[in-house]
Amino acid sequence: MTEPVTEPEDRRQIVRDSLGVGIATGTYGMSFGAVSVASGLDVAQTCVLSLLMFTGASQFAMVGVLASGGAPLSGALTALLLGTRNTLYGLRLAPLLDFTGRRRLAAAHLLIDESTAMSVTRTTTSGARTGFLTTGLSIFVLWNLFTLVGAVAGTAIGDPRTYGLDAAVGAAFLALLWPRLRERRNLLVGLLAAAVALGVVPVTAAGVPVLVAGGVAVLVGALWRPEVRR
Amino acid sequence: MTWLAILAAGVGCYLLKLAGLSVPARVLRRPVVARAADLIPVALLAALIAIQVFTSGPDLVLDARAAALAVAVGLLLLRAPFLVVVFGAAAAAALLRLL
Repeated sequence: MTEPVTEPEDRRQIVRDSLGVGIATGTYGMSFGAVSVASGLDVAQTCVLSLLMFTGASQFAMVGVLASGGAPLSGALTALLLGTRNTLYGLRLAPLLDFTGRRRLAAAHLLIDESTAMSVTRTTTSGARTGFLTTGLSIFVLWNLFTLVGAVAGTAIGDPRTYGLDAAVGAAFLALLWPRLRERRNLLVGLLAAAVALGVVPVTAAGVPVLVAGGVAVLVGALWRPEVRR
Repeated sequence: MTWLAILAAGVGCYLLKLAGLSVPARVLRRPVVARAADLIPVALLAALIAIQVFTSGPDLVLDARAAALAVAVGLLLLRAPFLVVVFGAAAAAALLRLL
């Protein structure tokens, strides 16, 4: 892709919007830090998750499985399954961002929901890179900073149930899922997955119900015929 | 064991991101793959919500967390920002437990 010129105002607008999203998203690293410590991880493990995994839904999923008594490896598997959507984002963004070599290796770490949202609609490579890097870097710095704050505060305040922090996780997942529920197919699959997960909870090991629900998605995705809706 | 899972999942999640930026796009053009891939995050998040809110170990339960989820739905319908939804739900559960 050639290097098209982005207007300076355009660029400033992209930076401003991206920083807004970055600050809003980065600060809720605090809820991750608090929830993670409440789930039984220590402060160091919590911070390594934010530094190394750096994709919110997977991190919440991992500590969520651990909190419900699941084996660490079920947690890891759930986190990886949720992480597959970043692969899809990458497929869409690769030709637009046009990063190669070492820059691609570095940029890949910043590939998350928000950096994708702030770059995928741009028409130029430089506009997309501005949105992607401003959003991704501001979230990375703030997310890790606030993870530490949340984890330390979470340790200091005692039983998190007193503050309802165990209920915060479900709300956080719902907020992440919410925009996608407007599509009827997604709403139906979500309800089906929730029902199936609750149905197998009494008879399976912790962590397994979520993976079974993932299987539901694959099955529906394979069987669903878009023509049926007409 | 927990450390091993954290490191493995962390590295794995990075490799998933890198794969997306590196793999040829034609893989995703197969409609079955695209539909399944699109639905996986929806199903996983919905299942996680159900497990987080309505279970305690192997038991199905209805407690303050369900009320907190209802509060979250209300806040989302009002288009409240993420932090307000998350901490609003937490506050609702905390208040209910005080009663």
